[in-house]
Amino acid sequence: MAVNTKQKGVAPGGASLFSTIVTYGALALLNAVALTLIYGLLDMGNVPLAVVLGIIAFGATIIFFVPRFYPIRWMVPGLAFMILLVLYPIYFTVSNAFTNYGDGHLYAKQQSINLITARKYVPEEANVYRWEVMQADDGRYALYLTREVNGVLEAAFAPEGESIEPIAEPTEEAPETYNGFRLLTGADRTTALGVIQSAVFGLGDDTVGIRTRREAARPLKDRFIYDSVTDTITDQTDGRVYVANNEIGQFVPQDGQGDPLAPGFIVNVGLSNFTRFISDPGLRGPLVDIFVWTVVFSLFSVLSTFALGLMMALILNSPYIVGRKVIQSLLIIPYAIPAVISIMVWRALLNQNFGLVNKTLMDVGLIADGIPFLTDAAWAKFSILLVNLWLGYPYMMLICSGALQAIPSDVYEAAAVDGARPWQSFRSITLPLLLVTVGPLLIASFTYNFNNFLLIDALTQGNPPIPGSPVQASYTDILISYTYRLAFGNRGADYGYASAITLVIFALVALVTVFQTRFNNQWEKVSDNG
Amino acid sequence: MANKTAAPKFQQARMASSGRERLLGTAARYVVIVIALIFALFPVLFIFSSALNPTGQLSTQSLIPRVDDPSRLLDNFRGLLVDNLALYPFWNWLFNSFVVASVSTILTVLITALSAYSFSRFRFRGRNSLLLGIRLVQVFPNLLALVALYLILQQVKEVADQLNVLIPAISWDWLKFFGLDSLGGVILVYMAGAMGINTLLMKGFLDSIPREIDESATVDGATNWQIFWQLIFPLIRPILAVVGVLAFVGTFNEFVLARLILRDKENWTLMVGLYNFINSDFNRDWGKFAAGALVAAVPVVALYLALQDQIVGGLTQGAVKG
Repeated sequence: MAVNTKQKGVAPGGASLFSTIVTYGALALLNAVALTLIYGLLDMGNVPLAVVLGIIAFGATIIFFVPRFYPIRWMVPGLAFMILLVLYPIYFTVSNAFTNYGDGHLYAKQQSINLITARKYVPEEANVYRWEVMQADDGRYALYLTREVNGVLEAAFAPEGESIEPIAEPTEEAPETYNGFRLLTGADRTTALGVIQSAVFGLGDDTVGIRTRREAARPLKDRFIYDSVTDTITDQTDGRVYVANNEIGQFVPQDGQGDPLAPGFIVNVGLSNFTRFISDPGLRGPLVDIFVWTVVFSLFSVLSTFALGLMMALILNSPYIVGRKVIQSLLIIPYAIPAVISIMVWRALLNQNFGLVNKTLMDVGLIADGIPFLTDAAWAKFSILLVNLWLGYPYMMLICSGALQAIPSDVYEAAAVDGARPWQSFRSITLPLLLVTVGPLLIASFTYNFNNFLLIDALTQGNPPIPGSPVQASYTDILISYTYRLAFGNRGADYGYASAITLVIFALVALVTVFQTRFNNQWEKVSDNG
Repeated sequence: MANKTAAPKFQQARMASSGRERLLGTAARYVVIVIALIFALFPVLFIFSSALNPTGQLSTQSLIPRVDDPSRLLDNFRGLLVDNLALYPFWNWLFNSFVVASVSTILTVLITALSAYSFSRFRFRGRNSLLLGIRLVQVFPNLLALVALYLILQQVKEVADQLNVLIPAISWDWLKFFGLDSLGGVILVYMAGAMGINTLLMKGFLDSIPREIDESATVDGATNWQIFWQLIFPLIRPILAVVGVLAFVGTFNEFVLARLILRDKENWTLMVGLYNFINSDFNRDWGKFAAGALVAAVPVVALYLALQDQIVGGLTQGAVKG
């Protein structure tokens, strides 16, 4: 108890001036940077991330100024990372799971309105110019504009984001350099054309944009006007009205004809991300398949690696094996090689046309054509299990051999005296005692494989694809790789739906972990008694 | 002690009853060992032979390299490590991997040691809930948070641009070093796991160091910081090494997050680079990939084999990581 009086959290006496200065200096810097970032984030409309940064900076300051929180001071960096990179993502995932966030709905409503209303159009009465494109060192573009009015040459210089200025002594040809911008020719010009097609030059009302390859026109006018009272957007070119639909997050045409305005905005869609696969059979079929395969894959991976690992551990544990240590070292090489590399090597070995496995089988005459190890659904599943066995059994072997050595041998002696056969003593002594130590690790291995994205993604990318699925889904996908492609796949991002499935995975893994903790306690009780 | 000596004695007694049975058993064991060795090592042999086989294509590989001209033995290494650097900046990748792994490891070890020291030496309100919280947070693999992490890094880049407009007096471009497509962003994301299972592992080790050491130093007038830095830190070197090696190998080998974050090939880490190098065309450059794979894998495997006992100890207590 005497120990605790000091450690109840009294600020340490005699902290050196230097360390005090360093500490408070770092704290001041953290706060300054955090406040600036919060300012920027709020300006961008990202309130949640600003709040998170605020919590971190404010929390750190309090912890350092209140003596009672002294022990927490030591954890400030760890806790800060945990809040930003673990807790915030969890919050983020939960909140997104109830929205339509994804391609086509990437922005908050106001941002989306800003983007739509920023678009310009060329009115009929606009003035037309010839143009050349120029570029500054920092990458900004500008147009050099010329035209003839009643036979008199006029020229103007129109940079991006700055006001257009007339040129006092106009020349027919654009100058090589002007105001730090240089004239683009050849390939540079071609590259620039792709970028500036949709750019707006000039500032405010006086803007110019490119109309054709020869002509530029000014002034441009706002094409869409937003009316906040009626919550509608009107297209100035044809007078059509688009009404905000806050259920689906888009501005839809009032008369029901034609497409809604892009981009849409983020709205709350309630539970529909979770119920979507119930109402949509095209979604449900593949998802059920993927779920079943995920469970089968994880279970079989754990059991096969454990069985092989245990067998090797038992064999190596025998006193008559010479060179135990060397053999064990050789056997764990698969585990030590970076997994990406191993998986790519297996992909090469199992290649249908060039792979060594197929070539060998064909040379021997066992098969006539290459086996589609990675392209046929059933074979691909087999290959995944095989490769995962190769990757995972050394780990099981190591932990089993550690656990085997911890089993006291007098138990076996007693069993032998009672006349137990080796198999009996393995089943009723070795296995139960082994499971005390290894059991929790088996469950951890199950949850690890449940989310073993790397293996699936590097070996098969989930392929072959399931035909007819409305979102990208494949036969060897597990839940996590399916989710990844929903969010980052080339068929467009659907963060809302991906987040919903992520939450389901969260729940499943958490369930298994609760189960594990319970068994952990039971096993510990067993081992205490033993 | 008694147990250890008892084991062979007892088994000898039992086995001696039937010498032939014992011999058969041992022979069967060796057969299984040989099969297991072949299964474990033929892909490894395949990497070696591919790296040395000068034809370089996947379609022409065999398990034993066919080398007619010994001077061409290192062609694949030359092709990847010397000749093609403009297209595939291999040394950049290696350097990036070392930077990312080293910085992540140092930060992880420091953060972990500081937190573990506090958990081990101080009793404070909320200590148990915090420990439980860390345990619970482990349940959520950070791969599941991919979308959020990606968007955070994207926001970092956007906020830098925004601040350049809002506060033009200072250049905020340095922030982009922590955004998408930068090593800083990758390191930042790896820090998600800093306060995790390692903290618990190290706390366990610290608990085994007698508190009397701290107390006598306190009597001598040492501050907590001095005790931690000058007394405890050197004492926990073994566990620091385990956590450090696991963190280093883990981040050096990490691929999924790095691939998502790093876009420019100059910024790729070794694993991302090797993957992208071979992923587009498996046949053509297989030999060069194998050469690169050897360069990448040999140090890691050597480290593993040298420290296998410590690593296994750490792994069995900690997370299962591939």
